[in-house]
Amino acid sequence: MIIRKLKQNFAFTAMWLSCGFTVLILLIVVGYVIIKGFAHINMDFFLTPPRGGLSGEGGISSTIIATVYLVITTLVFATPLGVGAGIFLVEYADNFRSRFVQKLVVIARFGVETLAGVPSIIFGLFGYALFVTTLHFGFSILSAALAGTCLVIPVIIRTTEEALKAVPDSYREASLAMGAGKWETIWKVVLPSAITGISTGIVLSAGRIVSETAIFYVTLGGSYRTPTSLMSSGRTMALHVYYLAMETRAFDKALATGAVLIVLIIILNLVINTVSRWLST
Amino acid sequence: MRKNKRRLDAAMKNSLLFAALASILIVMLIGVFTFREALPAFRDIGLEKLLTESVWRPGEGQYGILAMIAGSGLVTAGAVILGVPLALGCAIFLSEIAHPNLRALVKPCVELLAGIPSVVYGLFGMVIIVPIVRGIDMPGNTGFGLFSASIVLAVMILPTITSVAEHAIRSVPKEFREGSLALGATKWETIQKVVIPGARSGIISAIVLGLGRALGETIAMIMVIGNSVIIPAASTGNPLSIFLSRARTLTGNIAVEINYATGLHESALFATGVILFVLIMIVNSSAKYLMSHGNTGKNR
Amino acid sequence: MTGKKVMKTINYSLFYGDFKALNSITMDIPVNRITAIIGPSGCGKSSLIRSFNRMNDLIGNMRTDGSILIDGKDVYSQDVVELRRKVGMVFQRPNPFPKSIFDNAAYGPRIHGIRDKSELAAIVEHSIRDAALWDEVKDDLGKSAFTLSGGQQQRLCIARALAVEPEVILMDEPASALDPVATLKIEELMEKLKSKYTIVVVTHNMQQAARVSDFTAFLLTDLERSGNLIEFGPTREMFTNPVDSRTEDYISGRFG
Repeated sequence: MIIRKLKQNFAFTAMWLSCGFTVLILLIVVGYVIIKGFAHINMDFFLTPPRGGLSGEGGISSTIIATVYLVITTLVFATPLGVGAGIFLVEYADNFRSRFVQKLVVIARFGVETLAGVPSIIFGLFGYALFVTTLHFGFSILSAALAGTCLVIPVIIRTTEEALKAVPDSYREASLAMGAGKWETIWKVVLPSAITGISTGIVLSAGRIVSETAIFYVTLGGSYRTPTSLMSSGRTMALHVYYLAMETRAFDKALATGAVLIVLIIILNLVINTVSRWLST
Repeated sequence: MRKNKRRLDAAMKNSLLFAALASILIVMLIGVFTFREALPAFRDIGLEKLLTESVWRPGEGQYGILAMIAGSGLVTAGAVILGVPLALGCAIFLSEIAHPNLRALVKPCVELLAGIPSVVYGLFGMVIIVPIVRGIDMPGNTGFGLFSASIVLAVMILPTITSVAEHAIRSVPKEFREGSLALGATKWETIQKVVIPGARSGIISAIVLGLGRALGETIAMIMVIGNSVIIPAASTGNPLSIFLSRARTLTGNIAVEINYATGLHESALFATGVILFVLIMIVNSSAKYLMSHGNTGKNR
Repeated sequence: MTGKKVMKTINYSLFYGDFKALNSITMDIPVNRITAIIGPSGCGKSSLIRSFNRMNDLIGNMRTDGSILIDGKDVYSQDVVELRRKVGMVFQRPNPFPKSIFDNAAYGPRIHGIRDKSELAAIVEHSIRDAALWDEVKDDLGKSAFTLSGGQQQRLCIARALAVEPEVILMDEPASALDPVATLKIEELMEKLKSKYTIVVVTHNMQQAARVSDFTAFLLTDLERSGNLIEFGPTREMFTNPVDSRTEDYISGRFG
């Protein structure tokens, strides 16, 4: 009996430690980057563009603009497609009698799942070959946003599907029974109930674009000038961290930019958590 | 009025169908395009040579990716060895042992760990892990290499494995736990003999999913693994010193070279992508298979 | 009343947070008899039976008042693992483990340190025989427990409980998920087991209580929704000549 209790204590201590260690890792990574990084952050850091040079002079203003530009462009492409496809899969897909459409639906579902598991560098590879070279968009916000769209579409479709499935059928039936059309029902009854879930997916996608580096490394170019049009090359904050660390070896500036990224991600996480908690109550 | 409504319905139905079709199109495009671009490499170099030749010298027309396969394989293995025990311990702790309040505190931390951009992990690896690893006294050790990369990668796959495994453990019916406790089993015996076996397929698929994530990681790997195209080898009599060797991953190979590659070289990089894609598909579908065929639960 | 009293509750109250689920229950449970706990749903029957082996411990912010004694020892002051070895339990829904029939029956003995194969096999056979399941499964011991019917699964769960040689067996509505034929088998089995074990059974089925039990405890909620013991006594007396008018109302079907 004592041995059994000892075994339990030993095992539980091990589990305790592994969990404590995990939290410790988080604290070390986040703490180190934020503390080291914030030492180099001041107002100028946000307001001036990088000026190159061996120590990575200047701030990150143009990379913030590039990040925002890229996130918005990507979401402009991905949101209508993703949300539309999600609505189609949940609300319409089963109503089509045509065998052809049903086959397409099966392929679409499989495609979405497959896409979700593809490593991001494959999207980069594809985006580089199709958008950058074949379509001659060059290294640009446009190429990067199109490649980024491939990355986030599965996220948006999935969250949209889940949000719509969570809307009780009785809502739809009640609306249809009052003589509302199918689309009217979706627009006025289903979507309003699902909107928080769908927004979660969109915020999640924004987070993916902000943190993604590999895709944009091969499609966005890396110019640190402020992008002026869709065809401009650019550098997101994440990409800036990479260049600072790997090319200029300006680790202090890299840590500072990394700290800004982490804070941004924490804020996005908080937004998502608040929305989903609000959703579940 | 009624007619307008019907027209609107039809219009929306078709535009939504279009959105769905566009999504399919993207998947197909990615597949078709990547394969088309890779075709010259498969034709002119041949799959066998690609996979078995260890020399990658695009300037001299030598395209063997064996070194990269070894690099990806070893770093993934290292990450799994380091990360899986930690992740499983964490998952069991969160689902079975932790007080709900503690769980509510730790769970968001694990999620945040998943949200940190890989480039930040790469940076952290360069600034902290690499200098520490450099301290190991071995010939040729620069700090950059498989060991540093495995540590970074282990941290990156930790949250994935933890959350999926935790979910699997939590979905073991509570009746199993009660049955075991009522027989006088301790809590740990219950976890060990009933809960973990009951969640086995979910736990395995969590590990496999982590494996998939590890194979696909790009930027953090470029930053810490050294990127040399060599087949990692032990530098001393100690076989573990193989992990101090520099290496290059399949993903890193693509990212580092695609922007200046042309012709057969470019095609060979696409072939690397195809091979990576196939590898990850195998890994992910086996995870999915395990998850849907985990027939250990009750008749759920 | 015959038999020495091994198990008793004294002014036993149970709280979940601020909610008092059981209010000052005092009763003696005779050894080698079947005691039924009856009452309308929500009256605290399950809370009470789960107190005897402290399965309520699994619920957070639970606390108790008064005591439950088994062989003169308070259950809350002894080792819970040891207690549960002495006090076995059979649940409402059959809950065999996702293991073979043999491994299910051998689970308890293995936990308690029996490794010897022939000894284990003997215990398994013995307990499955005692649970009146042997003839049906003796050739399929290696098969998954899930291949059995619901009634067989429940008898396997009884065998699993018997294998650790408990003194008391708690049964929480053991037949409520079963069909009438399987129910009858479980009842016959209970009758057989009581020569060796003290049995406490919760049931919402009054005919069942009348058929199988020797003693009956009737629980009812008061205005604060706490469970109170209204009447306790020999089953035959209680069903033919209840003392309390509320008992009479319940057994004649005036409550839900």
